[in-house]
Amino acid sequence: MIQPPVDPNIEHRLNEKLPLRDDTHFASGKIAAFQYTTVAIFLFLISGFWRLQVLNPQIYDERAMQNSIKSVPILAPRGRVLDRDGRVIVDNHLSFTLWLARENLKEAHLKPIADGLDLDYDDLYARVQKAKGQPKYVPLKIKADLTPADLSFIDSHRDFFPEMEVIQRKSRLYPQNGMLAHVIGYTGEISEQELDLPEFAKYKSGDVIGKFGIEREYNSTLMGVDGQRQVIVDNRGQVREVLAEKPFVPGKDLQLTIDLDLQAVAELAMEGKNGAVVALDPNTGEVLAMVSRPAFDPNKFAERVKSKDWKELLDNPDHPLMNKAIQAQQAPGSTFKPFVALAGLESGSIDDQYNVHCAGGVSLYGHYYHCWLKGGHGNVALHAGIVHSCDSYFYTIGNKMGIDNIAYYADLAGFGHASGIDLPQEKDGIVPSPQWKLRNYREKWWAGETPSVAIGQGALTVTPLQLARGIGGLAIGGVWHHPHLLKALDQTDKPAEWSLNPDNVKDVVDGMYGVVNEWGTGVAAQLPGIEVCGKTGSAQLASNDYVKGAGAGHAKDLRDNAWFEGFAPRNHPEIVVVALFEHGVHGQYAAPIVRDVIKAYFDKKARRTLLEQQQTSMSAKLPSLGNSLTPAPPATPAPAVSDYDLVEKSKIQSDVPEGLPPLPKPLPEAKTPAPPIPGPGPAPKKPAAKN
Amino acid sequence: MRRLSLRDIDWTLLLVVLIICAAGVVQIYSATLGTDSHSAWWKQILYIFGGLILMWVILAVDYHTMLHHVPLLYISSVVALLGTYLIGQAAFGSRRWIPIPGTGIHLQVSEFVKLVIILLVARYLTELKTDELDIREALKLAGLVLIPAALVLKQPDLGTALTYIAVLVVGAFLAGLNWKYVAVIAVVALLVLPIGYQFMPEYQKSRLVSFISPEQDPQGAGYQLIQSQIAIGSGGPLGKGLTKGTQTKLRFLPVPSKDFVFAAFAEEQGFVGVVVMLSLYFVMIMRIVQNAQTASERSGMYICMGVAALLLSHILINVGMVAGLMPVTGIPLPFMSAGGSSIWSNFLALGLVGNVRLRRFVN
Repeated sequence: MIQPPVDPNIEHRLNEKLPLRDDTHFASGKIAAFQYTTVAIFLFLISGFWRLQVLNPQIYDERAMQNSIKSVPILAPRGRVLDRDGRVIVDNHLSFTLWLARENLKEAHLKPIADGLDLDYDDLYARVQKAKGQPKYVPLKIKADLTPADLSFIDSHRDFFPEMEVIQRKSRLYPQNGMLAHVIGYTGEISEQELDLPEFAKYKSGDVIGKFGIEREYNSTLMGVDGQRQVIVDNRGQVREVLAEKPFVPGKDLQLTIDLDLQAVAELAMEGKNGAVVALDPNTGEVLAMVSRPAFDPNKFAERVKSKDWKELLDNPDHPLMNKAIQAQQAPGSTFKPFVALAGLESGSIDDQYNVHCAGGVSLYGHYYHCWLKGGHGNVALHAGIVHSCDSYFYTIGNKMGIDNIAYYADLAGFGHASGIDLPQEKDGIVPSPQWKLRNYREKWWAGETPSVAIGQGALTVTPLQLARGIGGLAIGGVWHHPHLLKALDQTDKPAEWSLNPDNVKDVVDGMYGVVNEWGTGVAAQLPGIEVCGKTGSAQLASNDYVKGAGAGHAKDLRDNAWFEGFAPRNHPEIVVVALFEHGVHGQYAAPIVRDVIKAYFDKKARRTLLEQQQTSMSAKLPSLGNSLTPAPPATPAPAVSDYDLVEKSKIQSDVPEGLPPLPKPLPEAKTPAPPIPGPGPAPKKPAAKN
Repeated sequence: MRRLSLRDIDWTLLLVVLIICAAGVVQIYSATLGTDSHSAWWKQILYIFGGLILMWVILAVDYHTMLHHVPLLYISSVVALLGTYLIGQAAFGSRRWIPIPGTGIHLQVSEFVKLVIILLVARYLTELKTDELDIREALKLAGLVLIPAALVLKQPDLGTALTYIAVLVVGAFLAGLNWKYVAVIAVVALLVLPIGYQFMPEYQKSRLVSFISPEQDPQGAGYQLIQSQIAIGSGGPLGKGLTKGTQTKLRFLPVPSKDFVFAAFAEEQGFVGVVVMLSLYFVMIMRIVQNAQTASERSGMYICMGVAALLLSHILINVGMVAGLMPVTGIPLPFMSAGGSSIWSNFLALGLVGNVRLRRFVN
């Protein structure tokens, strides 16, 4: 048996640690594993790009386009509103609004921004916190109507606070001091409720629409159509390139029938009073002036009204938001008597000689009806009845003709239903009749109610506009044109006509002439050289049972309303004016308001006639002058002079009382830079003349 | 001792890296065209030249000398990282940078600490003189690496901290850590992860959430991820062309010259460009691994593999992030992203590899 050779040092060698060979072979397998892992990692990465770039790149392509290509609306400017002479009443002006882009908003910037823009920091901070619930890309509106100081602050700090964004838009510029506020109305951002109305169906959230007055009535004419611009924007929304543009269609200008001169006079006459004034041309239905007091400042509504201001307006007991010319429904008092007189004559119940004895009142149905004059008027026929506004006379003839006749002719003259003026929310008023009472109260008419209606009390209510239209139509012989504010409506107006007996009309008109000119109740409306006719009214609030019930519990001012209705001249009247002076106590206090407006009308007419004569004589002289100065200019007629020019050049404007807002001048369009205005220095050198 | 020869420099590796650098400069030029930071492209060229000089300098220092000084380098690194807390925070509101007085240059310390980590791991594992890494030794090494890693994580810079871990993990793997321990560590890590999530800063949490479902918050944390994917996807197979990338030009893509440079590249050069560029990176990694294989001794092998692990983790985290394969972590793409610190530290890393290669026959 052969023993295997044994290393004699085996014990020693086993105990000794093997010297480790310092080479890299031991790790070659692991390095290979690392290499495989590297291959796997690169394949993994490439697979990711394969998925994104090869499998469905079009999805990402679309999203890249959505990122950068945006449709930006180009807001169409709203049409202007002009008066009958073409003077601008409502214009647009550029306004700037500051927004904060919340994507890159730093809260540390809020304090310096608030300081720089004179804002309350705590308020701003609270608004930023509150907006946190919304998506980040929705910017936050910080300040509207930036002042030049604000703009220069923003401009110089844009690099420090890149989150500030200025948006430019056109907003409405309305006359100051609430002039014409109720007629023009105001605009505002469309509300959720309005979006549901069929009237506003074509608009979208964020649009600024007319909310009241003319702005609302003719919203679609004034609004125009927004254009669109396809632009490439960067991640901050900055426009880098314009791809395509669809221009906007500007809103159309509206010319109203309003005469700013008369309006200014009427506004001034109502200064410090509550109530309304309406001036119409009875021959066309054109509204020449319309005032409602107290007024509001529509400039505060230009974009979004502050809730504080809004609450103030709503809580005001004098209803500044109400257009009293078309919405105040009040008892007309004695101003209704001419219609009762006409009804009596037309229905044949009385003639102009019919005589009533007034002993300070009359007794009917066991009830004593008082005349306003305690001592009585004695024997009164139609003319004296109107001139002295004898209640006893009208109690008697009203009772004689009956409620049905009164109601019939009142309806004919336009009472009890809206006139259809082109303003929203016109009120109907009430003409009481047996049918009306049955329908609304399920009660029979009591004959004792008729005398009250005959003196313009009882349940009878009218609006100032209805009264103006009614008396104007009567005065021109039974043609009641529809009152309107849009000049272009003149052609489409179809009046309500009724063949009245001219003698009857003359009787009533002569009575109203007497009121003013024969020591009647309206002497305050007298004007030298102008045959003003009119009728006062002092309408009780307290005697009206229906009002009493409605007003219970309120500490209401119960002094009588003062009315005056007037027109001129006596034959072929051109203007009719109605004034409602709330709580004015007696109609004679409303008469000067009407007088002032009528005077302004005839003064202006006189001046215009004079000016036209001057113009024609001037233009007759001009060609001969021109001939001597220039070599053979074509013998052109003098340039047509528009009403607007006339008014501008004449001194009529100096008549306009102080406090009338300066007429806003049209601003240049945003896109066309204003032409350079030559400075006071030497005129820029013109190229040398050819010679 | 053999004289060091220029012929022994790894010209293939250097060429590949310079091509990547050139592509980076072109992409930076395109991405910053018309912006305030348009000077970035020529600054980047200066950085690259600076990097080449640094690489040259480090080739001259024997890596054994460097390994000898690891304790000193390690302690200075930790001190420098702590320094970023004091100087960095006070001066810039950020803790990553330390200014070099008089130059106006701010160095990102953590970028250079990477190199120290590589040397540390190499020396530690070499001195163990074993083919099978003991778990206790592994944990000690891990402790040494985790101190700077934790400091970097706190800066906060999760991405860079992860690259330190990658160097450690690859080193431990090569040193022969028993797979059982690897399994145990993996399980423990999985258990610790949810707890770690609790302690994550809010922005990291939201980044993680937006990685899992970016559409949940399209304007917040998911924004960068979505915009990056849109940029890459809209590039398509062939790309939109240089300077034609809308996502890049219109700044929807965040930092298109730095962390998201590869998304900008992918948008403008398309899938074809991506494959070419990733292939170059692949060749780069493989050349470094080859240098590891030919190293004359273990320490050199560990150094090269450390550099490979470092660069691979950078590429995985950055490219994976822009493609939506990884959560968003701010980390530069080696040799492409604009920035001096990143370029210099990566060229120094290449210098380490070259150093090992030059001395492969010395023994």
